[in-house]
Amino acid sequence: MSASNLPSGIQIPPGLAVATPQPDILSNVKPRRGVIGFLRRYPTIAIGGTLLLIMLIIAVFAPLFWTVDPTALAPARRTREPSAMYWFGTDMLGRDVYSRVLYGARVSLLVGFSVAFFSSIVGLAIGLLSGFNRLADSIIMRIMDGMMSIPSILLAIALMALTRGSVQNVILAITIAEIPRVSRLVRGVVLSLREQPYVEAAVASGTPTISIIFKHILPNTLAPITVQATFICAAAMITEAILSFIGAGTPPIIPSWGNIMAEGRALWQVKPYIVFFPAIFLSITVLAVNLLGDGLRDAIDPRLAKKL
Amino acid sequence: MSGERILEVSDLKKHFPIRGGLMGGTVGHVYAVDGVSFHIDRGETLSLVGESGCGKSTVGKSVLRLFPLTSGQVALNGRRIDDMSPGTLRPLRREIQVIFQDPFSSLNPRMRVREILAEPIKNFGLAKDSADLEERIGQLMDKVRLPRDAVNRWPHEFSGGQRQRICIARALAAEPDVIVCDEAVSALDVSVKAQIVNLLQDLQAELGLAMLFISHDLAIVEHMTHRVAVMYLGKIVEVADRKQLFGGPRHPYTEALLSAVPVPMPGAMRERIVLKGDVPSPINPPKGCRFHTRCPYAFDRCRKDEPMLRDNGEGHFSACHLHDLPAEQNPLLNKAAPTAFRTIAA
Amino acid sequence: MSVSDRVGEPKLNQPRAEGDNRQILLEVDNLQTHFRTMDGVNRAVDGVSFHVRSGETLAVVGESGCGKSVTAMSILRLIPEPPGKMAGAIRFQGRDLLKLSDKEMRSIRGNEISMIFQEPMTSLNPVLTIGRQIGETLRLHQGMSKQQAEDRAVEMLRLVGIPEPGRRVREYPHQLSGGMRQRVMIAIALACNPKLLIADEPTTALDVTIQAQILDLMRDLKNTVGAAIVLITHDLGVVAEVAERVVVMYAGRKVEEAPVNELFRNPKHPYTQGLLGSVPKLGSSLTGETTRLVEIPGLVPSLKQKIPGCVFATRCPSVTDLCRAVAPALQEKAPNHIAACHYAPVEASVSGTVAA
Repeated sequence: MSASNLPSGIQIPPGLAVATPQPDILSNVKPRRGVIGFLRRYPTIAIGGTLLLIMLIIAVFAPLFWTVDPTALAPARRTREPSAMYWFGTDMLGRDVYSRVLYGARVSLLVGFSVAFFSSIVGLAIGLLSGFNRLADSIIMRIMDGMMSIPSILLAIALMALTRGSVQNVILAITIAEIPRVSRLVRGVVLSLREQPYVEAAVASGTPTISIIFKHILPNTLAPITVQATFICAAAMITEAILSFIGAGTPPIIPSWGNIMAEGRALWQVKPYIVFFPAIFLSITVLAVNLLGDGLRDAIDPRLAKKL
Repeated sequence: MSGERILEVSDLKKHFPIRGGLMGGTVGHVYAVDGVSFHIDRGETLSLVGESGCGKSTVGKSVLRLFPLTSGQVALNGRRIDDMSPGTLRPLRREIQVIFQDPFSSLNPRMRVREILAEPIKNFGLAKDSADLEERIGQLMDKVRLPRDAVNRWPHEFSGGQRQRICIARALAAEPDVIVCDEAVSALDVSVKAQIVNLLQDLQAELGLAMLFISHDLAIVEHMTHRVAVMYLGKIVEVADRKQLFGGPRHPYTEALLSAVPVPMPGAMRERIVLKGDVPSPINPPKGCRFHTRCPYAFDRCRKDEPMLRDNGEGHFSACHLHDLPAEQNPLLNKAAPTAFRTIAA
Repeated sequence: MSVSDRVGEPKLNQPRAEGDNRQILLEVDNLQTHFRTMDGVNRAVDGVSFHVRSGETLAVVGESGCGKSVTAMSILRLIPEPPGKMAGAIRFQGRDLLKLSDKEMRSIRGNEISMIFQEPMTSLNPVLTIGRQIGETLRLHQGMSKQQAEDRAVEMLRLVGIPEPGRRVREYPHQLSGGMRQRVMIAIALACNPKLLIADEPTTALDVTIQAQILDLMRDLKNTVGAAIVLITHDLGVVAEVAERVVVMYAGRKVEEAPVNELFRNPKHPYTQGLLGSVPKLGSSLTGETTRLVEIPGLVPSLKQKIPGCVFATRCPSVTDLCRAVAPALQEKAPNHIAACHYAPVEASVSGTVAA
C-alpha cells in the first residue's frame, strides 16, 4: 500500500508488517436493481408476463386489431384459406377465424382468472378452517378426498350437465372442481405455519386465535397461494377449452377457443388452419401462465432466492 | 433460594398420540414427558438439560400451555393453569413468556419490529395510549441494546444475534415474571452467544425475572443457572444446585454427560465416560430405570424397579438405585475429583 | 534435505515447522474464493494460506461467515463457477488442484481427499443401502468387484464401530440413528484410504454423548488409518480435544495460526482472545470465579466491501487509527505462532529472525 492512500495523520512506523492488498478476481458488475433487475433475474417471469400481457391486450382491445364481428355469418365466403383479406381464413359458416380467435381470448382469460381467483378465495377459507379446527378438518378433508378422486374434468362435465351452458356456469363448475386442490394446499401450509416459533410466541403473548389467523397465518399463505393460483389459471383455461370442445361448456354462440376448434374438427383434414390458430393461442397462453407461475415460485421461495 | 414461588410443576405428563391406520386411530404414544416435577422462584434460573428427544422442550411448551397436557399440575403464581380454558388463560399468559432457539423463524417475516413488540403490549392492555405504547417500545429497544429507530425495519434486515434481541424484547414487552428460554442461545455464533448470555443475566438482575433455561450446552448452563434439572427420556433424573451438580453428580447419566463435554483446554485429557449406544425410543421406553440400557453401573434391580427421584442429602435429588447401596460401594460417591476436572495422567 | 522437499517448505507467512519432519501433503497458497452476488462481489475467502502435513490434524476455527466452509469446499473444488471464482493455488502432493481437469479432480475426490459433512441425513442417499453407498466409491475408484466391495464395506463398518456390520450393511439410512449415520459417513469417507480427510463440523448436529463417541472414533482412526485431517469447526472444545495445529479465520482471512497448546495458552490476536474469553468453561462454578463472559461487540463486517485496514478493526477493543487504515500482515510473533495484528508483541525468541 502506498503512503498516498492513507488518511492524513497516519504514519506507518518503520518495520511494520503491512499486508499486500488482495487483487480482485471478479469484476464488480453491479446487477441492475428495480423492475428491470428483477426481470433479468427471473427471465421466466419476464417472458411469461410479456406473453400474458400481450394476450390481455388482445382480449381487451380485440375490436382495435382490425377485427370484424366474430359472429357475422357470410355463407358465400365459407372455408377460405388464410389470405391478406382473411388472415386466419374463414370457417364453415364464413366467419372470420382471426376475429374469432382474438375475441376467444376474452373467454379463456376471463375463465382462467376467475377460476383462479374464486377457487383461491374459497380454498383459502376452507383450508384455514380445517387447519384450525380438528372436527371441521376431519369432515371437510374426507369430502375433499372424495372430490379429488373424480378427475376434475369429469366433475366439471357433470356439473355442466346440471346447468345451462354459460360462461358463468363454466366458471362455477371449474371452480368447484379446483377447490379441493387449493384447500389441501392451504391446510398443509397452515399446519406447518402453526408450528412456527413466531406463531407459538404469538399464542404465548396472548394473541386471540382470530388475530393469529389474520395477522400471522394468512399473510404467510398468500405467497404459495399466488403461485398455485397461476397453475390453476392455466388448468382452468385448458378445462374450459375441453368443455367447449365437447359441447359442454361455453354456448356455441360465444366464440371461445374450444368452440372454434370444435367447429373446425369436422374439416380438420382439409382445413387444418381453423383448428390450428386457436390451438396455438391456447398453448401460448397456457405456457405464459405456467412460466409466470414457475418464475413466481422461484422468486418467492426464500431458499432459492437467498442462495448466494 | 427460598423466594416467592413463581412456577410449580408437579407430575407433568405429555404423551403425544401416534395416529395411523385407515381410520386415523391411535396406535401408540410418544411418552415425551412422563412425570416431571420442579419449581422456580422469583429471580431464579432453573436449567433443564438433556439430549435431543429427552422431552425438555416439551416441558417448556407444556408450562406455556401451547398444547393441552396429558396430566399433572402447573401452577403459575399460585394459580393452576393446567386445566384452564384458553379464554381464562389468555390474560394470565402475560406472566410467562418465551424465547425460542431459531432467531430466523421466531419473528413473523411480514411484521415490522414495531408491530412485533406492540402485539403483547396491546394484547394485555399495558399501554395507556399510543404515546405510551411508543415509549414502551422505545424502552424495550433500549433494554436489549438496539437502536430505537430500528423499530421500523423488517426482521430480515437483522442478523441472528439482533433478531434474538428482538425476541427477548418481545418477551419482555409483556412484563412477565418468568421467561422460558428454549435453547435461546444455541443457534448463535460463539461471540454473539456471549452477548446474549450477558444480556439475559443483566435483565434477570435488573427485573428480577425467573427463568426456565432449556439447553443442551452444559458450559453455558453452568455459567447461567442457579439450579439444574437433568432430563433423560421424559423424566428428571437429577436436580440440584449448580455447585452440587457440577461438583459431584449423583446420577450416572449426569456424570457421563459432564465427562463428554469437550472443554477448550488442550491437554486436559479427562477420564471420559463414553456411553454405549443410542437413546432408546420414547415410544417404547425401557422398563425399570430408563437409563439402564446405557448405564455403566447397571445391576439387576435397575432392570426391574424404576428408581424414584429423592433427596440424597443437602437437597441434591437424584433417581438412582446406587444410592441404596452402602456408600463405599456407590461408584458415584467414590470419586477423587469433581467430574469436570477429573483428569488422567497422560 | 533434498531440493524437492524444500519446495514445499512453508514460506514467509507460515510458521516454521521446527521439529515436524512429516511431509507437506496439502498446501493452500493465497486462496481467494469470491462469489458474484446480487449486491456486489462477496470476498468469502480472501488470501488464505496454510499447509497440512501427512497424518496431521489441523483445525480451522471461526464463526459462521468467516469462510472456513468455503475454504473446505474450495479444496475439493466443490465451488460452483459461476457464480464463484477461485484464485491462488491448492497444492496436494505437489499438484495444483485448481489446474486439474474436472475428470482428474473426480478421481481425487472421495479417493485421495474425502469429506465428512455436518448433516449426515442429507448427505446419505435415502434409497440406497449403506453397503451400496460405501461400495460405490470403492467400485468407482478402486475397480473392486461387487463382492469385494461388500466385504470391504462390512470391514469399514466394523472399523467405525457399528455393531453387527453384516446386518447393517443391508440397511437403509433411515433405519440408523444420527450417530450411526455419522459413523457411516466416516466409513464412506475412509473406504478408499484417503490421505486427507476434510471434516466440516462433523459433530455439530450430534448430541453431547454421541459427539463424545464420534470424537473418540476420530482419534482412534487417526492412529489406525493415518490420514491427515482438516477439521472445520466453531467449537473450541472440539479443537482442543483433537487438533494439533489451529488456523483461526475471521472475515475471509487467516488471522492467527499456532500449535493447539500455544494458541489456547497464549492467543496473540484480539479476535482469538475474544473468542476464547466468550466461551464459558465447564467447572467454572466450582472455582467460584463466575465472571462475565467476554463480549466481542458488534457484527462481522460485510465481505462485499473492500476493507482497507485490519478486518477486525470494527470490533477490536484496542483498535487505533493505524488499524483502520493499514492492514496488518501475518507475522511470526512467537516460534511457530503467527498472527495478523499490529499490536501483538513479537517475542524475543523470534524477533531477531524476522526481517524488518
